[in-house]
Amino acid sequence: MKTRKLLALLLLLGLLSAALCGCGGGSTGETAESKPTDGSTPGTEAPGDPQGAADHPNEITVGIAQDLDESLDPHKAVAAGTKEVMFNVFEGLMKPTPDGDLIPAVAEKYEISDDQLTYSFTIRDGIQFHNGDPVTGADVLWSIRRCMPGGEADIQAVEALSAIQEAEYKENTVTLTLDQPNTEFLSYLTLAILPQGYDGQDTAPVGTGPFQFVSRAAQDNIVLERFDDYWGEPAYLEKVTLKIIENADSILMSLQSGAVDLFAHLTSTQVQQLGDAFNIEEGTMNLVQAMYLNNAAAPFDDVRVRQALCYAVDRQQILDLAFDGYGSLIGSSMYPAFGKYFDDSLTNYYPHDAEKAKALLAEAGYPDGFSMTITVPSNYQPHIDTAQVIVEQLKEVGVTAEILPVTWESWLNDTYIGRQFQATVVGVDASTMTARALLERFTSTASNNFINYNSPLYDSLFVKATSSGGDEAQTAFYKEMEADLTKNAANVYIQDLADLVAVRKGLEGVRFYPIYVLDLAGVRYTA
Amino acid sequence: MRRRNGFLAAGLVLTCVLAALILLGFFWTPYDPNAMAAGAKFDGPSLAHWMGTDSFGRDIFSRVLKGAGATASIALATLAIGAACGCLAGALTGYFGGPADEVLMRLNDALTAFPSILLALVVISILGPGKKGNVILALGLVFIPSFARVTRTAFASLRDVNYIKSARLMGASKARILAVHLLPNTLPVLLPALTIGFNNAVLAEASMSFLGIGVTPPDASLGYMLSEAQGMLFAAPWYAGGTGLAIVLMVFSVGLLGEGLRRRDKGVL
Repeated sequence: MKTRKLLALLLLLGLLSAALCGCGGGSTGETAESKPTDGSTPGTEAPGDPQGAADHPNEITVGIAQDLDESLDPHKAVAAGTKEVMFNVFEGLMKPTPDGDLIPAVAEKYEISDDQLTYSFTIRDGIQFHNGDPVTGADVLWSIRRCMPGGEADIQAVEALSAIQEAEYKENTVTLTLDQPNTEFLSYLTLAILPQGYDGQDTAPVGTGPFQFVSRAAQDNIVLERFDDYWGEPAYLEKVTLKIIENADSILMSLQSGAVDLFAHLTSTQVQQLGDAFNIEEGTMNLVQAMYLNNAAAPFDDVRVRQALCYAVDRQQILDLAFDGYGSLIGSSMYPAFGKYFDDSLTNYYPHDAEKAKALLAEAGYPDGFSMTITVPSNYQPHIDTAQVIVEQLKEVGVTAEILPVTWESWLNDTYIGRQFQATVVGVDASTMTARALLERFTSTASNNFINYNSPLYDSLFVKATSSGGDEAQTAFYKEMEADLTKNAANVYIQDLADLVAVRKGLEGVRFYPIYVLDLAGVRYTA
Repeated sequence: MRRRNGFLAAGLVLTCVLAALILLGFFWTPYDPNAMAAGAKFDGPSLAHWMGTDSFGRDIFSRVLKGAGATASIALATLAIGAACGCLAGALTGYFGGPADEVLMRLNDALTAFPSILLALVVISILGPGKKGNVILALGLVFIPSFARVTRTAFASLRDVNYIKSARLMGASKARILAVHLLPNTLPVLLPALTIGFNNAVLAEASMSFLGIGVTPPDASLGYMLSEAQGMLFAAPWYAGGTGLAIVLMVFSVGLLGEGLRRRDKGVL
């Protein structure tokens, strides 16, 4: 009897370690069994089967990693994941393009007065909302006013709109008058235009985009259909189902079983395990990933120490070890997707050179290196992986680094807002499509200058950049600011992370943007 | 002559072998457990790498040795705190009884009512994550109630037996009665409790590190490695396999030892 008991214990232990290995937050074991994966015939029953191109319905299922905000009203959306997919349903007067430009959308054309104070938009002829109502000047004005600061509490106010002095419309022309010129004003007019007086926006949103909302089952899926009266080039697919898969372990399963045809933001390890049924499209996450250094805290208040770290870190090796070679190297607070603002000559300003690093450390008074702590938000595995490689690389020059994983909330409060840290590995993104969104934070007085960067030259360049009228001159100043960050080794710049999208073979047309959106209008079957 | 106690013998041998390996891991591992190699990512088990390599090209066997060391030392320290505090509280309340007994045991019940991992999570969130000492403290606290209960029952049941009464009549001090007369006689109950406690502590540390609040990277611990392994189950099944095996072996060997001790003391073979 006792032996049997012991055997049962042993079995239980085996089971426990298996269960422990699968308890990342859901019943993965079950999923694995109910959806058998057969490597030889990947996804034969999937709607996206390339062999039966003529028979399959013109629709796909897209996996997303989190449920959308409770309200689908775009003016109330908070989560990046919500804005990412609802990009397909809503449009503003202007709309971003994959190249980082802005094109008129709800507006057909616009004019800016010579003093750069008056903007007049002509509403596109015959454009209508998903419910069939035409878009009027009243709708446009109402939508813009709704987002101005000081409105309803749950609306995400757009600060820049407070510059609007007067707003009016006549027939199909909307005129906005500003109190002072702002070369970046157009980028804020990508805010969604909604029908005035429609009160179902929270649960059944209506916009003007290439896809219209059909239904939503909370925590399970959102169904979109092609909007046939779209003003522009219509979407290729008739129907897209957004399937919410929160458990990271189930992502692979659902892709391989054929339940999901497209999934964005995968890790290189996940991609490696996918097999032949998928094409991997590589875009960028549009983040400046760096080991941010507290420029006000010893020993990083010495520029030589910061430069030494830049030389000590082998960034290509980070990509190879932690990201399977994916990602694009950067040398300043700007990523390549920003096109004209990106200065590639800064990328290799600090080539990997351990000897130089040691010499600089010795010069700065640390011939035997020092100890430091790298704070990392623990919910971002890519940053933890990066930090692990950095720890190893710093050993070579005698610097002992220790990783301190913290929760996202504590990172925000203590590291970002409280500025209590030595070094931290994170990615910083741009909220709007302007260089200013990335560079303004390092001016000495900026409230979000969490690294305490202080360079008088940088501050004066920023003033010149924002006050210069011409786009070309402005771009030149922004580039000088980037060079200043690099030369002073403000941070150990690493990379813009790769955004890996798995697309079932037989599908194509995923477009990448310099902002965080998933454009489904171009996705189509090749056959 | 007594019959051979197979459980005890097997448990002793296995535990000693594992303990020797863990001790070895503190001083020597085949590779530097944190050294990365871009050319050796996801290598399967081979003669050079007995358990293969992980996503950074680190040798998994070396990491399992180091990780088992971290896990075992945390488990032992946890056990020391839990057993010391629990036994003291259990012995005093069990022997003396009275209102203090009632209050302490109800407090004990309240602690037990929390799922242990949840309680440890709360303690960690108060003390702050990322420090080995805090993990030990949190887990130690969680382990106090079970030891207190076991010890209390043992002491309470022996309190009024004749040889204790005699000792009391002979004028032995309370401390002497507790330490010399009672404690040795509760060992048959305490020893299995200790081995079971060790196993629970190993699993608890593994769960904590698995959830990302135990040992911090790049240092290895079995639980943290297992959580890393889960994301690579298809690319490197040997990672989860080797790490899981180490946990199972550790718990199994001490489990055998505990079972052997229990049988010896009960005379069951």
